[in-house]
Amino acid sequence: MSSSLHLWVIPLLPLAGAAINGFFGRRASKKAVTTVALVFCGLAFAMALYVSARFFSLSLPYQEVIAPWIRAGNFSIDFAFYLDQLSLVMLLVVTGVGFLIHIYSVGYMWDDPGYYRFFSYLNLFMFFMLSLVLANNYLLMFIGWEGVGLASYLLIGFWFTRDSAASAGKKAFIVNRMGDFGFLIGLFLLIKHFGSLTFSNVFARIAPLNPETAGAGLLTAIGILLMFGAAGKSAQIPLYVWLPDAMEGPTPVSALIHAATMVTAGVYMVARSHVIFERAPSALTVVAIIGLLTALFAATIGVAQTDIKKVLAYSTVSQLGYMFLACGVAAFSAGIFHLMTHAFFKGLLFLSAGSVIHALGGEQDMRRMGGLRQKIPWTFWTMTGGTFAIAGIPPLAGFFSKDEILWRAYQASWVYWLIGVFTAFLTSFYMFRLWFMTFFGEYRGDVEKPHGNEPTVIAAHSNDAHASTAHGHGHIHESPKVMLIPLVILAILSFAGGWVGWPGSLGGNNRFDKFLGPVFRTTAPEINAEHAAPGEAAPPEQGTEGAEPHANRRTELMFTGISVAAALLGLFLADLLYRRRPELPEKIAIWLDGLYDAVAHKYYVDELYATLLVKPLIDSSTRILWRGIDQNIIDGAVNETADGARHISDNVRHMQSGNLRSYAGWIALGSALVIAYMIWMGLQ
Amino acid sequence: MVPLPYYLMLSGVLFACGVTGFLIKRNIITIFMSIELMLNGVNLSFVAFAAHWHALSGQVFVFFVMVVAAAEAAVGLAIIIAVYRTRETLNVDQVNLLKL
Repeated sequence: MSSSLHLWVIPLLPLAGAAINGFFGRRASKKAVTTVALVFCGLAFAMALYVSARFFSLSLPYQEVIAPWIRAGNFSIDFAFYLDQLSLVMLLVVTGVGFLIHIYSVGYMWDDPGYYRFFSYLNLFMFFMLSLVLANNYLLMFIGWEGVGLASYLLIGFWFTRDSAASAGKKAFIVNRMGDFGFLIGLFLLIKHFGSLTFSNVFARIAPLNPETAGAGLLTAIGILLMFGAAGKSAQIPLYVWLPDAMEGPTPVSALIHAATMVTAGVYMVARSHVIFERAPSALTVVAIIGLLTALFAATIGVAQTDIKKVLAYSTVSQLGYMFLACGVAAFSAGIFHLMTHAFFKGLLFLSAGSVIHALGGEQDMRRMGGLRQKIPWTFWTMTGGTFAIAGIPPLAGFFSKDEILWRAYQASWVYWLIGVFTAFLTSFYMFRLWFMTFFGEYRGDVEKPHGNEPTVIAAHSNDAHASTAHGHGHIHESPKVMLIPLVILAILSFAGGWVGWPGSLGGNNRFDKFLGPVFRTTAPEINAEHAAPGEAAPPEQGTEGAEPHANRRTELMFTGISVAAALLGLFLADLLYRRRPELPEKIAIWLDGLYDAVAHKYYVDELYATLLVKPLIDSSTRILWRGIDQNIIDGAVNETADGARHISDNVRHMQSGNLRSYAGWIALGSALVIAYMIWMGLQ
Repeated sequence: MVPLPYYLMLSGVLFACGVTGFLIKRNIITIFMSIELMLNGVNLSFVAFAAHWHALSGQVFVFFVMVVAAAEAAVGLAIIIAVYRTRETLNVDQVNLLKL
């Protein structure tokens, strides 16, 4: 590598932006803050584009060592960056979508008093996310991993004066810590048994090993622990509970962190560790099952939510489940493909939802929306693009990625496929439900007094006519251009972003899969040779669909047809229930009383966790740690010491009367005692 | 020749008188005089020892003490006069502005 790419600049640019805004933003004007935030983020994006322009002339994987970090015996870790096809995809997604959301935030957050703080955090997030993506070892990745958790915490609790936001931030942070615990132990195991955390070293040492076919082993343990970490960050069962609550944060944050980028870090990590997972079939099965269950579970909850952002949150959890399902059937490139398209369309959906909320002056309840189609046409059309994309209607992005996952899942086991298709149907249903409830029918909201769920959006924009009236959202209005442009760009990406993965069965050649191929194929042949896929044994495919036999291609087309049909069924059902017969859902809810109740209350999982985990923990902490150890023993010791000292001094201080002659008396007495002692000693 | 213990006893008695006077008297002049008494009691023991041991250092020491006592008397009396002028009393118990 003669000329360096200076990869290290990419994460450092947003960090510089965060530092400048964080330290000086309070006094700077909003324009200056905006400039700093956008320029540094935009430069990172430009750098990423530059890197991708030079990408094909590099010898991959490209590594760049900045500085030595830890040297302890045989163990060594550097500050070093790593670039291959996988990191490049992540890099472009993070900087690209991140930059668009930065632009959008300018409009969305303009009237918030914490404007500079918001952008400082957002840039900080970009820094950590980029270090996570570009790290060349697990430790640096872990730093980024923790850092995005921190940024997420700060941004969820951005409106920290609101109690629910503060506790949602805490919840996210604590739940993530549990996952990180698993991740860390996995890393310790890696150090202990492979003596390194650098990707290339670890994978080189693992690659010669045989798959652990007979149940559990070291690699399986590491795999499951890593998956536990990923489940925390990417909101999978059993640690998904924080993500819906994270919607307390500003909507751009939900879009950037809790939909497009951070939550996909778990998928990225599992894909990055594919060498480990491929040799631990049981761990892979665990990944697949967790992903599948989460996808189904979250989708069913999403059906009964009424808060527009909560629907999208559960949808995110569900889509992340798909990605893990893909990883779990060793179709890593399909998972990353879905990750990318999901970043486009879910970012778009969240931003559009933000635009809707903005238009309604902070209203988030879909029951109070409706008929917004003509009033905010731009938002309507972008939202439509996102909805059709996520529902999997061809030829939008979501169709290709979801279809590929389902097809690969079918090759592993038809059960995976069946549940996957059912989830696809649910996805389509709740998304179109959202779409119909928001944009069609009659407006059900109360125009007179807007509900201020999101404090920031109550006030209008400076370039809007009614800027001065604080609660002056008398009428519904379209968002400003600075918010619409990112929406349109994302809509285009959501529309066309899937074409890079046009599958072979539809006459394409799945360029995306081929592009990522070198990353995941390095060890793949061995897998296919040594253990047949569990369940329905599929012909060895190795990630490229071009080499498929024709009969297989026809089956694949049939399955594609089925999943499209499922999506259309969801559309039809949502149309029936929420547009043509709006009285029906209530009847159904009454008819399915218990079930509906359970779903509407998210299966009481939060309550279950509260009784099983949180309450005992708080109780024992209160009783034993706080009252017992802290108050009685630690504070007790300190207080006793102080009390004792005061007691003694209370008695002794009478000596200090301030009466000169009493002092003289004490001196005389003392010297008399000394003299007496000396005389007595002399007499002895 | 008077033996040493006599001198020492007298010295002790003088010193004790000084201490007692210092402790029980309130008039600042009297207290001052008691201090002088203590100093002189000590002086007496110095010269007695000096004579007994035929060592001059004791006598030299007495001169020092006397010089210090003279200086002290000068400063002390000046202070007393100043106190009397401002407070119009010589009672030490009433000179208590610095007391808490």
